[in-house]
Amino acid sequence: MDFNWKIISPEIAVLATGLVVLIVDLFLKRGRNTVLITLSFIGIMVALGLTFNNYSFIGVSFQNIVINDPIGFYFKIIFCLGTLLTIFVSSSYVSREMKGPGEYYVLLFIATFGMMVMASSADLLTIFLGLEVMSIPLYVLAGIYRNRPRSREASMKYFLMGAFASGFLLYGIALIFGAYGTTNLLEISERLSLGGEYGGILTGAGITFLLIGLGFKVAVAPFHMWVPDVYEGSAAPVTAFMSAGPKAAGFAALFRIFTVFWPVVGENFTAVLWILAVLTMTWGNILAISQSNIKRMLAYSSIAHAGYVMIALTTGGKEGLAAGMFYLLAYTIINIGAFAVIVLFAGHREKLENIKDYAGFGVRYPFPAIALTIFMLALAGFPATAGFMGKYKIFLAAINSGFVWLAIIGIANSLVSVWYYIGVVVTMYMRPEGEKTPKAILSPSLFVAILICLFGTLQLGLFPDVWLALADIAGSHESWALIIRLLINPL
Amino acid sequence: MSWPILSWIVFLPMVGALVILFINGSRHNAIRWTSLLFTIANFVLSLVLFARFEGSNSGMQFRNEPVIWIKSLGITYSLGVDGISILLVVLTPFLTAIAIASAWTAIKEKVKGFMISMLILETGMLGVFLATDLFLFYVFWEVMLVPMYFLIGIWGGPRKIYAAVKFVLFTMFGSLLMLLAVIKLYLMTSSDSGIRTTDLMAVLNIQVPPDLQIWLFLAFALAFAIKVPLFPFHTWLPDAHVEAPTAGSIILAGVLLKMGTYGFLRFCLPLFPSATAYFVPLISILALIGIIYGALVAMAQKDIKSLVAYSSVAHLGFVMLGMFALTTQGLTGSVIQMVNHGITTGALFLLVGMIYERRHTRMIADFGGVAHVMPVFAAVFLIVTLASIGLPGTNGFVGEFLILLGTFKVNPAFAAIGTFGIVLAAVYMLWMVQRVFFGQCDKEENQKLLDMNWREKLISIPILIMIFWIGIYPDTFIKKIEPSVEKMVELVKSKTVHVEAGNQNTDEWIAEQFNNDGDSTWISTGK
Repeated sequence: MDFNWKIISPEIAVLATGLVVLIVDLFLKRGRNTVLITLSFIGIMVALGLTFNNYSFIGVSFQNIVINDPIGFYFKIIFCLGTLLTIFVSSSYVSREMKGPGEYYVLLFIATFGMMVMASSADLLTIFLGLEVMSIPLYVLAGIYRNRPRSREASMKYFLMGAFASGFLLYGIALIFGAYGTTNLLEISERLSLGGEYGGILTGAGITFLLIGLGFKVAVAPFHMWVPDVYEGSAAPVTAFMSAGPKAAGFAALFRIFTVFWPVVGENFTAVLWILAVLTMTWGNILAISQSNIKRMLAYSSIAHAGYVMIALTTGGKEGLAAGMFYLLAYTIINIGAFAVIVLFAGHREKLENIKDYAGFGVRYPFPAIALTIFMLALAGFPATAGFMGKYKIFLAAINSGFVWLAIIGIANSLVSVWYYIGVVVTMYMRPEGEKTPKAILSPSLFVAILICLFGTLQLGLFPDVWLALADIAGSHESWALIIRLLINPL
Repeated sequence: MSWPILSWIVFLPMVGALVILFINGSRHNAIRWTSLLFTIANFVLSLVLFARFEGSNSGMQFRNEPVIWIKSLGITYSLGVDGISILLVVLTPFLTAIAIASAWTAIKEKVKGFMISMLILETGMLGVFLATDLFLFYVFWEVMLVPMYFLIGIWGGPRKIYAAVKFVLFTMFGSLLMLLAVIKLYLMTSSDSGIRTTDLMAVLNIQVPPDLQIWLFLAFALAFAIKVPLFPFHTWLPDAHVEAPTAGSIILAGVLLKMGTYGFLRFCLPLFPSATAYFVPLISILALIGIIYGALVAMAQKDIKSLVAYSSVAHLGFVMLGMFALTTQGLTGSVIQMVNHGITTGALFLLVGMIYERRHTRMIADFGGVAHVMPVFAAVFLIVTLASIGLPGTNGFVGEFLILLGTFKVNPAFAAIGTFGIVLAAVYMLWMVQRVFFGQCDKEENQKLLDMNWREKLISIPILIMIFWIGIYPDTFIKKIEPSVEKMVELVKSKTVHVEAGNQNTDEWIAEQFNNDGDSTWISTGK
């Protein structure tokens, strides 16, 4: 029995914060949110600190089901950052629109806990556990804007689709268990590295089902159908949260699974993965063009971005892994930034959600408009922004592993995406102001969120060295070799 | 050499933009003066650079030790200037200052945003001309799109949105493929030293296999050809020019188009000499089509501004023709002609802008006999027109003469067709001048037109000086650029390996491209 609590200290911090918020909320008057926000903020900062505290070592614990390694470290930072930014984005919105339910924050934290478990699990069953712990709060969050029918619809759709996906995932796990007699990724990896036999058709089928199940979560075409409706129906801050962390968590699990199984199934799955990548990018980008609702447009754009990360997965190498992780970090920051501005512009009861309503906002709200312009350019992949560095890294990995044509398709997709991202900027600056538009609601916490995202977008675009290096370490073979050695000779 | 003059030149306008950011948006004159002073200061800096630039040295000068910018991707921050870029570096702040002065009364709304865009644009353009790192070059190349897009889209004419979006999409289309080529070159740099970098000096040392050169050349050339614009990639240009505000047109014609021709000279020729030799006929013919086609279309234009825009297509055709003659005269003429076109076409747009500000129309048919009411304006316009046609004694003559001389040495037929283009240029330009300025001044609105004011005269003087200086004593400039150009011609000649179309190697290379699993095969192909 080994219990290394240090390994899961960030998770514990997040879960504990959630529970504390839940209890404190009971003793507070309805609508007094400052205490809850402060508590959440402290909690997430503690979790971030504990994550950094765990950086320096690699270890496994709890009968090899939880692992602490550079990959988990990187993803936990993404999740903490996503949650932190979401708290800033949603604080005023939740108090205003929903009469401030404390459970909002509780759900955020439990979902974050689930994501962290997913990223740090070394066992397929733990991945499943994390996925469910993440998903169930998300279903509730999608429907938390109760007096809005579309929000309820979103919740129901998300729940049904999610349950379906979970079924696939579980079935995949069962098949893998059938092939290897274990669900532990480290044990499987060890066996494969010692020249163990290939699980045959069971492995192939198992991986396929895992890919489908996780594909739902990360919104890979053709498993993306729920995304536009759910993103549109949910409250904007919830959409911001959903589009960042959970996507990264799904990819964390995919990266872990494929890193282990690549030696046996890599050859067979390359074709599947690149077809999915191309389909996802193209489908997302083409449908995004015709959207008039900005949340729907960003929903399709988020599908397209999942496609770019799929390119990284297709390359199957350490560079691809590093590129994918960096891309997810960049995407999290940019996308939450964009949603922060959308929340700001949306006004009371989210009345403004069509792109054409933004006409003339460039003059009326100069700072948020410039911020949104930068986020849109970053999503389109203009240099000097995080989005460009992410794409550069992914295309570099693709070309280096011989997928030149895949990089060209990615580039072509980038070009298509410029069209609709630029469209938002065109509307804000170049179209005449509409007759009567409700006032945007400015709040200090939103400004903080926008500023942080703006800083992050430019920082990752201009001086990304630290984050690139961390991603490279996570992707390197050395860290993987170390994990396996640890397993054979436990500490 | 401790004072990084190149970094100062690149980032001084950016500092100016930051300063303007803190000026109250309603204090228009303060904003105008600040931006003008920063640009003039930058121009003075560039003159200092020009004076200290050693004409006899053919290599990169004032180059800083490459500073590591993004370590894990081998990206460096390094700037340098040689004979090919020196004139463009001086031209950029020169034209920006003129453009800012021209917008003094023309831009009355959102002055702050306008000036900030102009200054950021200036930084971007100078960065493009000075960057000696592929990645850094790409960043400046793309970043510069954004302010230009705003200039067209916010302060432009009636179809501004269409023009702005078309401009961005066309440019992005070309440059994204260039990005892939940059990545490929970066991956190839590790073969000698084991360290990958995007530093241009390191990239120049790679022996790119001739078959791969073709593909990489095409990726780079597409980006540059759209920018030049080379026929048939020119369709964005008339739209962008006609819709852009005067200041935007001056910069667009004067400097932005040169980024395309400069890109060919800086990257395509030295990096892919074999491919360059292979593509000489194709690009020369496209350039000739551009010359003739641009001239014919210009002749049919009713709008003065779109006439000048199409004349740009023709003039840039000359630049490309001279460059791909691959002779010293041709290349020198090409570099000189880049500057000439910047000055004369920039001046034409400036003058068209002046008359548009008075009459709010640019249709040739609306004018006639303007010389009677605006004699000074007509005189300046005529001089610039003659310079644009290439009358001896003006700058246009020097450039076109050298280009045709250089082309004649390798291909007399091309030179003959090019000469015919000059004749056509005389036709459409002089015909336009005749219809606008001479004859009876019978339209009532035209009879009240005011002649140039002191500000407009002041702006025109430096342009006229430059037209005659380059026209009468071009040596000042030629002696700075010639050594670099000679070195370039040498380099292209010595490194060229003959490539034949559709030979076996190319097919093999394509086959490899689809089945290789690492970059080792790319390199072995060349040996």
